[in-house]
Amino acid sequence: MNPPDGQPPVDADRDDGPQLHQGWIAPEVAEEFPALALIECELPLPGDRRSPRGVRDQLAALSDRHRGATALALRREPVAGAYRIFFRHIGLEPDVTRTPIEAAVLERLLRGGFISRGLLEDALLLAVVHTSVPVWALDARSRDGRLGIRPARAGERLGRAAGAPPLAAGRLVVADQSAPLAVLFGALGPECEVRRDTATVTLFSVQVAGVPFIHVDEALWVATSTIAPH
Amino acid sequence: MSGAEQTLQPPVRDAPGDRPEALVGEIAARRSLRSQIAKLERDLADTLVTCFAHASVDLAAEIAEPSAPTSAAAPRLLTLRELERQRDDLARRVVQARRRLSERATEHERNRVRLERMLLEPGRHRFQRIANRDLGLGGCGVWAVRPRLGLIGMLAGWWEVKLSSGCP
Repeated sequence: MNPPDGQPPVDADRDDGPQLHQGWIAPEVAEEFPALALIECELPLPGDRRSPRGVRDQLAALSDRHRGATALALRREPVAGAYRIFFRHIGLEPDVTRTPIEAAVLERLLRGGFISRGLLEDALLLAVVHTSVPVWALDARSRDGRLGIRPARAGERLGRAAGAPPLAAGRLVVADQSAPLAVLFGALGPECEVRRDTATVTLFSVQVAGVPFIHVDEALWVATSTIAPH
Repeated sequence: MSGAEQTLQPPVRDAPGDRPEALVGEIAARRSLRSQIAKLERDLADTLVTCFAHASVDLAAEIAEPSAPTSAAAPRLLTLRELERQRDDLARRVVQARRRLSERATEHERNRVRLERMLLEPGRHRFQRIANRDLGLGGCGVWAVRPRLGLIGMLAGWWEVKLSSGCP
């Protein structure tokens, strides 16, 4: 499944979970970041959105493993460090706009533990804490075709709704065929957020240079197997 | 705009062979700058973790502090100038961090020598104190030269070095 160069396979078949699809990358972005990839999959959400005891126990066990020294040393770890470097490459200061794994660990330090917030949120948290690779979820109804990464065009908004927040031209976004759905490593568009009536979610992750595909695969596997144990 | 009009159309780009030399040069320069930024980021991370390992938490916090406010930052493709600015800023931070770390290491070394002297001749260093953190060690212990048996030791010149736990 994982090709030798660490690049993501297109539409990888998985025996133990939903099928992974590789998103598109706009040519001008791909030229700058040849290793950048977006991987997505879709899966149904169970009716009960509460985290089972096993998930809450996992979060508690992970809380014990992440302390101040771990948080600081994260930036020297290859995968977490790769996201820091990518943040710098796209103009984000990782000590101001934290990478997802650093944000999660910092919150654990501030709150005294990884707090359970429901099945989906916990699944995404487990994925990032286990692998340092971020996973996001959006309501599958809000998308139109495959997801990809591109710069926003002048006058575009974050989402298709009339009242959606405007986007500055050139901002890197995760988009579908017709509209930006989320700022890259940032906020989701209002209508893309998973709501109480969401039946199917799209999980997506972003692979950057220095992160082997197996970590992205693992992150999505952790998230999907937490939401819907195989 | 209709959905069809908004469909992403990849911009038409020149084949690499057809590009003007200046553009090819800029692409190479950008690639080089990105790899320099990556190396500097790793160097900065190494310096910060080294500070922490030597119990200089205050220095680690100082190094982690970004040098310029970047509240308006948003993910985007950086221009050559922006990449250069970021590389220069990171390089400055790495140099400053290493200098501060080196100063701190010198200070720790000086304190270690002082502690050696205190241990050799406590009577010459009466009531002097050195905290573990001033030696680059973890914990909150304090080395102090005290008279043995209190007032009697003070009058008799019996001095010793004691390590207090220091922790509340």
